[in-house]
Amino acid sequence: MSAQTKHLGFIKNSQTSTKNQSLAQAMSLLDAGLMLKRKKAVNAVENYQELRTRATAIRQHTLEHLDVYLDMFAQNAAKNGSVVHFCETASQAQSTILKLCKTYNAKNIVKGKSMVTEEIQLNDLLAQNNIQALETDLGEYLVQIRKETPSHILAPAIHITQKEAENTFRTHHTSRNPDRTFSAPEDLVNEAREEIREHYFNAEIGITGANFLIASEGSSVIVTNEGNGDLSQHIPPVHIVVSSIDKIVPDMPDMLALLRVLGRSATGQEMSVYTTLSSGTKRQNDPDGPQTSHIIILDNGRSDLLQQEETSHMLRCIRCSACINHCPVYRASGGHAYDSPYVGPMGIIVSPALSSLHTHKDLPFASSLCGTCVEVCPVSIPLTKLIRFSREQTFAQRLNPVSSRPFLIAFQFIALRPSLYRLISSCAAFFLALLPKKQHRLSHIPFLKGWFAHRNFPQSQRQTFQSLWKQYQKSKSSS
Amino acid sequence: MYSHTNILYSMTSSPSPRVALFVTCLVDVCRPSVAFAALHLLEASGARVSVVQNQTCCGQIAYNAGDRNSAISIAKHTIKLFDHVDYIVAPSGSCAAMLKLHIPELLKKNPKEEENAKIFAKKCWELTDFLVQVQKFHLQSKPSSSSKEIIAYHDSCSGLRELNIHHQPRLLLEAYHKTPVSPPDNQRCCGFGGSFCVTCSDVSAKMADDKIDAVHNTQAQRLVGGDLGCLLHIAGRMQRKNIPLKVDHIAEILSRSLGPHPHVPTTGIA
Repeated sequence: MSAQTKHLGFIKNSQTSTKNQSLAQAMSLLDAGLMLKRKKAVNAVENYQELRTRATAIRQHTLEHLDVYLDMFAQNAAKNGSVVHFCETASQAQSTILKLCKTYNAKNIVKGKSMVTEEIQLNDLLAQNNIQALETDLGEYLVQIRKETPSHILAPAIHITQKEAENTFRTHHTSRNPDRTFSAPEDLVNEAREEIREHYFNAEIGITGANFLIASEGSSVIVTNEGNGDLSQHIPPVHIVVSSIDKIVPDMPDMLALLRVLGRSATGQEMSVYTTLSSGTKRQNDPDGPQTSHIIILDNGRSDLLQQEETSHMLRCIRCSACINHCPVYRASGGHAYDSPYVGPMGIIVSPALSSLHTHKDLPFASSLCGTCVEVCPVSIPLTKLIRFSREQTFAQRLNPVSSRPFLIAFQFIALRPSLYRLISSCAAFFLALLPKKQHRLSHIPFLKGWFAHRNFPQSQRQTFQSLWKQYQKSKSSS
Repeated sequence: MYSHTNILYSMTSSPSPRVALFVTCLVDVCRPSVAFAALHLLEASGARVSVVQNQTCCGQIAYNAGDRNSAISIAKHTIKLFDHVDYIVAPSGSCAAMLKLHIPELLKKNPKEEENAKIFAKKCWELTDFLVQVQKFHLQSKPSSSSKEIIAYHDSCSGLRELNIHHQPRLLLEAYHKTPVSPPDNQRCCGFGGSFCVTCSDVSAKMADDKIDAVHNTQAQRLVGGDLGCLLHIAGRMQRKNIPLKVDHIAEILSRSLGPHPHVPTTGIA
């Protein structure tokens, strides 16, 4: 386990990560990168809002009939020769996959990118059982050889600068010329390709995720840019898709409608380089394909989100990462601060649902509620509303960070009593005027350090408006 | 003190709207001059302005902290106080959004309360939005000032994304002062976020630094915005880092450009 999986909570983690200069440098590339690309791609479509409305409606409809479409998918997948395993919990999914590995006597696995496998910490489990699972996506590979965890659902190595990536390759790929130069990111891609290629042919099992599961076809869809996912699912004799209940779409036209917003929202591409349907086992005339196909469909707390109207919207998520890319908090803290494979605004809602609010009690507060995520979400998830809702749950379960509870109780008491409110606010104005010149001295005082650790308080005006206003009214009536 | 507006009071006749100035808790405690400046502007635009002594806070602090019940009782308290006016105007986008959008949502479980909340919400406006949309104040201006300084305008998130406040402050600044520039940072949040700035203090400060860099890149000598919370946070961060940039609430800079301030001197936030 890496240092990042210690679960110190977002607030503690971000105290360290905000001081990390190379992280800041890596994250600053988001502006001209994913953010600008999305903007251009969205502006290039005249009827983008219509696409968004359609995508939202498709996702909402699917969730409302999820049981029907899951059944339909299972039946059609069976017709294609796939074995479908519904798993309620992460540990059920783990043991199912482990059993399959034993059945097929697997020692080497190649993996395409899959967030659900991160969610169930599959690589750790396989390693404990002496099964080597090699990540084949460049970012995932980089993170794996650095013994880190992904810091973004789409760009797992976004926290690593180009220079750091080069150094990692130099130290890890020891059989290569140590004086080689990397002039462009493509050089990293090519080197990783060469390192990984032979593993596809030695692997007994290929594991991939799925961007969508198409109910009418029983097929899974992956969207990639490097082609590694295709090799992972075509070459090894056994293919395991690890997915979750919320990835279901009714049919092909619906899937295509979602693809139109997915690529644009994620990477600013009209479509990703590869969009691949995987439909069970190799048929007689197919040039390639697996002899055996298994599809794991995980719940792991997702159906709990469906139970409440407020949280059910979250299951519309198509994991495009637009909310993450545009989140100023994520940009400042980096993804590892979230103690979860799911980060940014979507992670704030998804992570507690998959484990518990208690484990992630800081997360509801890891947002300034600025609302940029709501603006860019292609399936109109009201993320700020959901974040506020999770704060309400945190408050109800008494999990608030920093003894805010007594403050809130006192605040309500005062706010409902106007004369007391005026008295307290006058005192506050008076004391603010007494602040010392050297305010950094207040940086370590409990209750005050939240503000004064990083800021001064601009000079106050000693009296409240209400008291100045009263004085004015008096002077007016006496004149 | 305040003699100029006495004249305005006496000049107002029946068609002028009755406006209650919603004094936000931050303005009340930290920066009364913003409220006086807002009064000045509202009166100059032809409104009859009053202040409700028993108002406290819009309840946003409780609402955003997850204390829904407190937010509901504060909302009920607030709604009752403003029956007598045509408009309720707040010099803050986030408080205005609380009054206009979130209070009706909080009270939706009780049909009678919801109806009252909706009537109340319809009367609530953010200051620059009200001055432009209702009072057409930007069309009443004298020639703009000859000031040569570059002003950067910071769009606060709630105003921008919940109430679409973007062109209103710019129209007013153009009419009464000069055209402001926008920091080239995709209108990114400054990191204030209410209690966020103290609970996630380090992330918040990092976000302020990014904002300060973006403002710095505009070559501006003054930063203007419509929400005191953001401005105190940014100005406080700049003071700590010894960055000498002037900071004003939009009400203060506009009020100054109307002529001598009749109430208390507006020194700006920094």
